[in-house]
Order: sequence, then structure tokens, then C-alpha cells
Amino acid sequence: MSIARRKFDTLVIGAGGGGLRSALQLARADAKVAVVSKVFPTRSHTVAAQGGMNAALANVLPDNWHWHMYDTIKGSDYLGDQDAIEYMCRAASNIVVELEHAGVPFSRLDNGKIYQRPFGGQSQNFGGEQAARTCAAADRTGHAILHTLYQQNIKSKTHFFDEYFAIDLVKDKEGFVLGALVLEIETGEPLLIEAKTTLLATGGAGQLFRTNTNATINTGDGMAMALRAGIPLQDMEFFQFHPTGIAGRGMLITEGARGEGGYLINKDGERFMERYAPHAKDLASRDVVSRAISTEVREGRGCGPDGHHVLLKLDHLGRDVLYKRLPGICQTSKTFMRIDPAEEPIPVFPTAHYTMGGIPTNRNGQVIVPTETGQESIPGLYAVGECACVSVHGANRLGGNSLLDIVIFGRAAGNDIVKYLGENRYHRQLDKDSVDKAMEHLQRWDKKGQGEKVSTVKHDLQVVMEEYCGVFRTEEVLQEGLNKVIEIEQRLHNVHLTDHSKIFNTARIEALELENLVDIALATVASALARHESRGAHSRIDYPARDDQQWLKHSLFYKEGQKLDYKPVTLKPISVDSFPPKERVY
Amino acid sequence: MRFLIYRYNPEVDGKPYMKEYRLDVGRGMMLRDALLKIKEMDETFSFRHSCGEGVCGSDAMNINGMNGLACLTSVVSLKEPIEIRPVPGMPVIRDLVVDMSQFYHHYRAIKPYMMVHDSEPEVEYLQTPAQREKLDGLYECILCGCCSTACPSFWWNPDKFRGPAALLQAYRFMADSRDQGTFERLADLDGPYRLFRCHSIMNCVNVCPKGLNPTSAIHNIKKLMLKDMV
Repeated sequence: MSIARRKFDTLVIGAGGGGLRSALQLARADAKVAVVSKVFPTRSHTVAAQGGMNAALANVLPDNWHWHMYDTIKGSDYLGDQDAIEYMCRAASNIVVELEHAGVPFSRLDNGKIYQRPFGGQSQNFGGEQAARTCAAADRTGHAILHTLYQQNIKSKTHFFDEYFAIDLVKDKEGFVLGALVLEIETGEPLLIEAKTTLLATGGAGQLFRTNTNATINTGDGMAMALRAGIPLQDMEFFQFHPTGIAGRGMLITEGARGEGGYLINKDGERFMERYAPHAKDLASRDVVSRAISTEVREGRGCGPDGHHVLLKLDHLGRDVLYKRLPGICQTSKTFMRIDPAEEPIPVFPTAHYTMGGIPTNRNGQVIVPTETGQESIPGLYAVGECACVSVHGANRLGGNSLLDIVIFGRAAGNDIVKYLGENRYHRQLDKDSVDKAMEHLQRWDKKGQGEKVSTVKHDLQVVMEEYCGVFRTEEVLQEGLNKVIEIEQRLHNVHLTDHSKIFNTARIEALELENLVDIALATVASALARHESRGAHSRIDYPARDDQQWLKHSLFYKEGQKLDYKPVTLKPISVDSFPPKERVY
Repeated sequence: MRFLIYRYNPEVDGKPYMKEYRLDVGRGMMLRDALLKIKEMDETFSFRHSCGEGVCGSDAMNINGMNGLACLTSVVSLKEPIEIRPVPGMPVIRDLVVDMSQFYHHYRAIKPYMMVHDSEPEVEYLQTPAQREKLDGLYECILCGCCSTACPSFWWNPDKFRGPAALLQAYRFMADSRDQGTFERLADLDGPYRLFRCHSIMNCVNVCPKGLNPTSAIHNIKKLMLKDMV
């Protein structure tokens, strides 16, 4: 069967902030760039980011990028790579200004400058007083940035393939990545997009867990594509649980709510974060606050008839401040809980939110894999944003650093791709086997027969991940979780579609997404089981301390043989002194 | 509860039909949750959805005769049988999935990006809180299409009238103290169709799930145009 083909210089997979910022850099450099997205670009999950984006503009309180760098490294529980973190924090102010010039409607201070609010894990002067580093457009910062980046791409006439689903990467015999096989959702027809470079910007995998803050589309497609292409995933055991998802439902209530002065209380009305983080209190790092909430609930101090949540108190801020600074979460709370935060507190509980791990890259966005002698880049392949692991977030991401991550490394990858294109001017010959393999993967879902349904298996997977790989973990529970995920992987063979139509067949898309999720679940649980320490978001009851002797290293999980490998953390920054690991208190 | 859902798969159906589903509905259940349950029962049913909290704008549909987002619509608030159809006036691809190409075309055509003719400073443009407040009620649009597909003028002239969503965004840039493209934007909207097909029917305002007011934005564009002429 002959497959339709298109040729571009660069294929960008994913149209969130990372993909769009790269595409913009490429389009402006006159590269022929195609952006493939399974949803219309402004529906990508960047749109849901609320609180803001960190940059040491010092518009509200004294600040500089070096303090931001320290906070990010401490927040990462020293697992973040310090060269990449320095690069990001140094570039942050410029990239915020660039976004502002492009039209992002940031909220403003009385002097006309960009409004900044305090966020978790921020300090002045390397661990001193609270900083105010998060640039915000009310509580709709992601929406504002995503729409602006899409608008700039319209201006630059970037070529979009809206509602195309990426199946697998394609390569040549020497291992150069040369594009991807994609599926046009509307027609159900495959399309081969050949490209000299391919950038994965497909976002995270929050759909691994039953209760999550993520969109349905967050199924880690790019990470799973990388796994199937023989590339390992890095640090997958580190999954962030956001302290304040709406209890039982998952909708995100921004950390900005606490940044503006909100705080958490237990059933006794106690402001319990004072016990867990005497200095930073409610603005400690997310891992710290999530563990505190879980502990309150486990020890019987939870609120509600079942004691299953705590309360986020906001009414003392006054209606005016709430509706001016946090209009989005006020609306969300009213719509889904019938609670007006100006009058009543919001029930919240830690909720699966962000994939710290991902496809290993360097700070140019190049995908990097270990070799016998060191490491090398996969020629032609790049990754940025939540699907990548640079690693700037290490074991725990600070709020406000993910919007920063996507635009900083989106731009950096764009620049490196331009360089690569200058040195690799011609399309290489595709290996037919790699295309056939991708087609086989797609055609697997044409198989007819009796069996289980996609929705049942997905539900079971999400429950297993929630119960066996949550905030607190032990060897026993993780081992059982791993067995259960392997069982689910086996069950996948027996899943069949009843709908084999071509036109806008969402059942087929969901099946392909489920396969991706199962691969990532395996990577997550296997990496978590192996790491015998507690660091950042990975909290082992049986190994409660951080162990820098044994575990100051990145995990790498390979799909083939479910093999684990490790590589050192980059402790040496680009130009300043290293921040050596020390005890982490807030 | 009883649901009547518009079904059409061009590969197998000669013409569209309404299919009935019955579902137990819990308190606090949103229409999107209900549709997902229905999809579990019948995986051939297709509709777009993603974030589940009204920010991605994927799940616009016609609910008991009125456009809205499924994820923000509480099921118990709806009258039975709950009739769900695709948003009106757009070509149907399958079931509730419509072809939005024309809607997006109008959006791109209003040049929805900042235009600045002067050279850029190395720091942010200053904008007072009062100037910034002029963007509230404009920038929050999620491009769901509820408004334009509820507009009779858009139904009549979908190729020529820009429609409320695109015009709201045109005004979003005119209202921005940083933008210098107002003259060009006004010139682009001149003529009998692009802007002036709006007859203030205000369906757009009634259906906007974000509580925005495209009619007022269109009115403001007309005022700017008038000021520009005299």
C-alpha cells in the first residue's frame, strides 16, 4: 500500500507552548516547518496553566536570576542538572519580555510593569525571605501565552496539521530520525511526514492516574514513541502531585491562590503547614505540601464526612482581590463545587499533575542517550517541555517553572535545529522497515474479534497507578503495582475495537493512547521500585531519607527488557559555582 | 435520564438520525461526563473534548437547542429528554464533530496578533492597570465557536461575515494600548459584510460559556470606525 508523503525541514509534534515556540523560531529562520497536533493548537494543555511563569524581573520584590537558580535546584532536591537550570534562569527575564512584546496580556502593577506574585519554593538571597517571581496574567497565564504563541505562528505562516495523531518515529539505517508516520483523524488515512529534524513536544502523561488535573489528551504519546524507538525515559519515578486539586474531581486550583495569601486548614481549623514548613508555610515546595496534606488526612485530621480532604481558605482575601487576581479558579469552584471561594473554603487534595521525567535531552533540546563510553545525541531528534527531561525540575518542579521551561527550551531547540539544518542540507533515505513497523503498529487496531474494551483497561490502569504509585510508596506496594501493570500490558493483546470506521474514529485514537499510557506506567513504576531513597516527589516510607551517596543520579528506563540504567547528575553549572546538595528545609 | 443524540457516520449512515440513550445521572455530573459514559456503552459515538474545565474549548455543542460547552453544563439542570446536536451551521464530519475550517479562517483573517511599527525596547512595554483592564472580557476567548455558530448572520454569510468570535479578537487588539494596528484593522473590516452583517441579535452573548460580550466589542469597532471617518 502506498502512503501519502509530505516533506519538511522540521516536523514538530505537539502544539503546546514548547512546540509552538520552537516552530516560531524555525519559521522566522525560514525553515519549512510542519506542526502536527492531535487537537487544534489552542486546545493543547498549556492552555490550562494558571498561576504564571517565573522570571527574576524584580518588579515587586528584590530578585535576581541566581536566587531563582538556587530555588530551582533546592526545589529539585538536587536532582536537577545545574547547567540547564542556570541557562533557564538566566534567560527567563528576556523571554518574558519577548512574550510581552508578542502580546501576552500580563496583569500590571500600578507603575505599568508586569505583575508578579509569590509562589511556592521562592526565596530572596538563597533561602531568605519569600520572593515574588511569578509573572501572571490573572490566573489564566497558560491560556494567554498559548494563544499569543499560536497568533505569532499565524503571523509567521507556520504550516499546521491540525488533528493529526502521531503513530511512530521513522528512521534510516544509521539511526537518524527522519520524521514520523501520522494519522489524519478526520479521514483515518495515514500520512508519512519526512523531515530532516523531528521535535517531540507532546506534553505529559497525567492520564496515568484516575484523579488528575490534566486534560484527556495528556497521554504521553511522545514519550512512548521515544520508548518504542529504543530511547530510554529519564527519572520517570518523579511524578508531581499538586497539593490543591479539587478533592475527588481533580480540577486545578492554582498555587497562586496561596501566593495571594490563601492557606490550608484541617478539620480543627488549624493552619497545619506551620508544623511542616515553619518558615515558608503554605508556600513550601509542592512535594512538601502534598505530603503534609496526605499526612493530615491519614492521621484523621481531614475534613468532610469521610475526612478525605483539607480546605483551602481564601475568603479572608476579600471578593475584590479574588475576582481580580483569581477569576478563573473562582469560576471553576462555582461551576464544579457550587462553592464561592469568597464565602467558603474549597475542599482540596493532592492530585496527579506533572511528569518531571521524560525523554533525556541536553539544554539544546537534543535527545541524548548513553553509550559505552559516555553519551551521544540521536541525530535529528529533539524534545522539549513536559515530555522531555532536561533536567531542570529534577525530583520536584517548582510552580511557575513549567511555562518557563517550555518557552526557554522551545526557543533553544529551535536555534539548535537551525544549526543542524545548516549542516545537514539534504533529506536522507528512509529505511522502509521503519515505516513498515509504524504501519503495523497502526494496523494492529484493525484486527477484529471479541475482547476487552479500551475504556475498561484504561480505567483499571489509572486505578492501579493511583493506588500503587501515589504520594507515599513502599517496596511491597510498588512491587504489587508493577505486577499489576504487567498484567494490564498482557491484557492489551486482548483489547479489540468494535468501531473500525475511518472517519473521525475517536475510539481508535483512544486505543493508541492507551498503548502509550501502559508503556509509560511501566517506566514509572519500575523506576520507582528501584529507587531506594526519598527525594522530591518520590517518597518511600521504607527509605525515608535522601541518599546522595547511592542515589544522586538520574534513572533511565528502557522498554526492551524493562532495563534500568543510571547516569550522573550535572552538578557543574555553566558559569557560577555549583550548589552542592544540602539538607532541604522550608 | 433520557438522552437523544445526533448521530451520523457518513461511511454507514445514509442520513443523520437521533439515537436514544438512557443513563443514571449522579449529582454534580457534567454533560461531558455523561457523554463519556455513553461512549463507554457505544464506542462508535464521536465528539471532541479534552480539558474538562472550560479552557480548551473543544466540546462546544448544541444542548437542548442552545450552544454551550458540555464540560461546564450540569446534567441535572437540563430538561428531559436531553437533545444533543452538533453546533448549527457547520458541515458535520461525524456525530457531534463539525468542520471548523471556516471559523478558523475568519480568526486568522482578522490578523490576531500584535502589530507594532516602532522599534522594541529591551524591557516590557508599560501598561497601566486601567489600560490592561480594557482587555478583560476580550482576551479570555477560548475559540470554542459557540457564539459564531449561534449567529443567524453567520449562518447566512459564513464566507463573508467574520462572525462574533473573530470580531471579538479583532477588538481585543484594537483595545490594547500596545498595539498600533488599529487603522489597518479597521480598513480590513470595512465594507458591507465582514463587520456590518452584525445586527445585534445578541445570540453570541447569550451562549458564550466564558461570559464574554462579542456584540459590545463589535459595537465598539463600529464606533472606532465612525470616529476614524470624521
